[in-house]
Amino acid sequence: MLNEVKEAITAPLEVAKAMGITLKQFLRGPVTNQFPDEPAQVYPRFRGRHALKRYENGLERCIGCALCAAACPTECIYVEAAENTDEDRRSPGERYAKIYDINMLRCIFCGYCAEACPTEAVVLEHDFTLAEYDRWDAVYSKEQLLEPNNPEYLVVRDDEVFVKADTWSSK
Amino acid sequence: MSQEIVQLLVDIVKLIIIASVIMGIFTFILLVERKLIGRFTRRYGPNRVGPFGLLQSIADAVKMMLKEEMVPGHVDKVIYVMAPGMALMTALSVFAVIPFARDTVVLPLESLIGFSVYLTPWVADINVGVLYLLAVGSLGSYGIILGGWSSNNKYSLLGALRTSAQMLSYELPLGVAVLSVVVMTGTLRVTEIVEWQTQFAGLAWIVFLQPVAFLIFFISALAEAGRAPFDLPETENELIGGFMTEYGALKFGLFQAAEFVHAMMFCTITVTVFLGGWNMPFLNEILNIMPTPIQALAPVLHLGIFIGKSLAVYCSLIWIRASVPRMRFDQLMAFCWKWLLPIALLNLFATVMGLAITAELLGLW
Ligand code: SF4
Ligand code: SF4
Repeated sequence: MLNEVKEAITAPLEVAKAMGITLKQFLRGPVTNQFPDEPAQVYPRFRGRHALKRYENGLERCIGCALCAAACPTECIYVEAAENTDEDRRSPGERYAKIYDINMLRCIFCGYCAEACPTEAVVLEHDFTLAEYDRWDAVYSKEQLLEPNNPEYLVVRDDEVFVKADTWSSK
Repeated sequence: MSQEIVQLLVDIVKLIIIASVIMGIFTFILLVERKLIGRFTRRYGPNRVGPFGLLQSIADAVKMMLKEEMVPGHVDKVIYVMAPGMALMTALSVFAVIPFARDTVVLPLESLIGFSVYLTPWVADINVGVLYLLAVGSLGSYGIILGGWSSNNKYSLLGALRTSAQMLSYELPLGVAVLSVVVMTGTLRVTEIVEWQTQFAGLAWIVFLQPVAFLIFFISALAEAGRAPFDLPETENELIGGFMTEYGALKFGLFQAAEFVHAMMFCTITVTVFLGGWNMPFLNEILNIMPTPIQALAPVLHLGIFIGKSLAVYCSLIWIRASVPRMRFDQLMAFCWKWLLPIALLNLFATVMGLAITAELLGLW
């Protein structure tokens, strides 16, 4: 009985408190990122679609070793290597990747490929708009992956999510 | 045509207009609710269809209508099809006795058809209006119970059973709270209750005189309308939608509409019975010193005030929905029987005693 009386007194206070909290959030306004209209914000370590990097002199970093394909848990990378010749030099090593396909429908963006790569040729960048109308279009070829890929609808934040856990709430 | 028939036709047209306007307001309210809930959780809510997302409800309605209308094989077909319509119809019929304004508009058509046509700002002004409000208002649970029963599905049935228990329980404090108002105003006629509140320059709102009754009414109305935190009939997470489980397409849409119209209905009842209806403090006094053309605008003004107040009450419902989590079923029952009902009864007793003592002191007996 005593408990119930106590509850009867505290319950309305708690309801009032809850309503106060929601009102406060209401007045602070939405935090939604209106993506197609305004740039999406990603964190620096966000893992999106891959890119194949080049050296400064324009040579491809990839040496066609297929270590990435071996490390990939979903087996979505296909690498076929070819020999470099002096006339046709693509990469500094002995060989280069003739075919380098990644099936984006199978990829789970785990980043193991980037970790396995001895030359840091393949890295996961920030682009996440990978929708296609045809499923075969989701298999990205080497040409697509080699292109510089910095879409203007992406903004990379310079703060890490765990460094300032509450930056979004102090707006 | 005789005067009666014309008057009847006018009333029927009015009925149709009111019902359609309410359904129109419902689509708007749906959007307001989704937007506000969004804001409370720091989202935008729907804002893609049309400017500010204004066409979202229409898009949803079109979607509902275009969906395949299907009836599961194991249901009781007649009742299954009837239930959503019944839920919506009962919710709509309550608006028949709500006065939206004060003055009857007279259309002077003597020269044309030989008599004037009266446009009352209500559909019916029956002498047991309050009783009608309560009775028809609680009929709304019938649609839900029938829907749950005819679906022949245990989740639906559980939802329906919960609904019936909840509605029956909360009916009592609701009725007793309104009873204290009736005792005070001495009338069951809804228009007279509103008129009573225009006393003292329109300051005699019953919410000031009967705050306890107002609170009890408001809480019970939340439960009656099945609004959060009392939305146990549907409980998505335990009953996968309760009575709506087996419904789809337009019938599901009708159930949704019934729920919202039910909540709107309780908002208008709250405004009518407790918050002065179409009146604002000092409104009539100001109108009386105005020139006649402005006075002729009074019905429009009243209607606007009424809608504004109802919207405000509805927004508070949304605010509550955003803040308070759903109750457990035993808490729900305990709250009703252990707290609301005794307090409502005490309040009624206190009202009666207070009235009796004042009457005694003033020598009215
Ligand atoms: S991110 Fe993971 S799944 Fe995707 S290609 Fe690299 S290793 Fe395979
Ligand atoms: S991306 Fe790296 S791991 Fe993969 S084939 Fe090229 S060099 Fe080897």
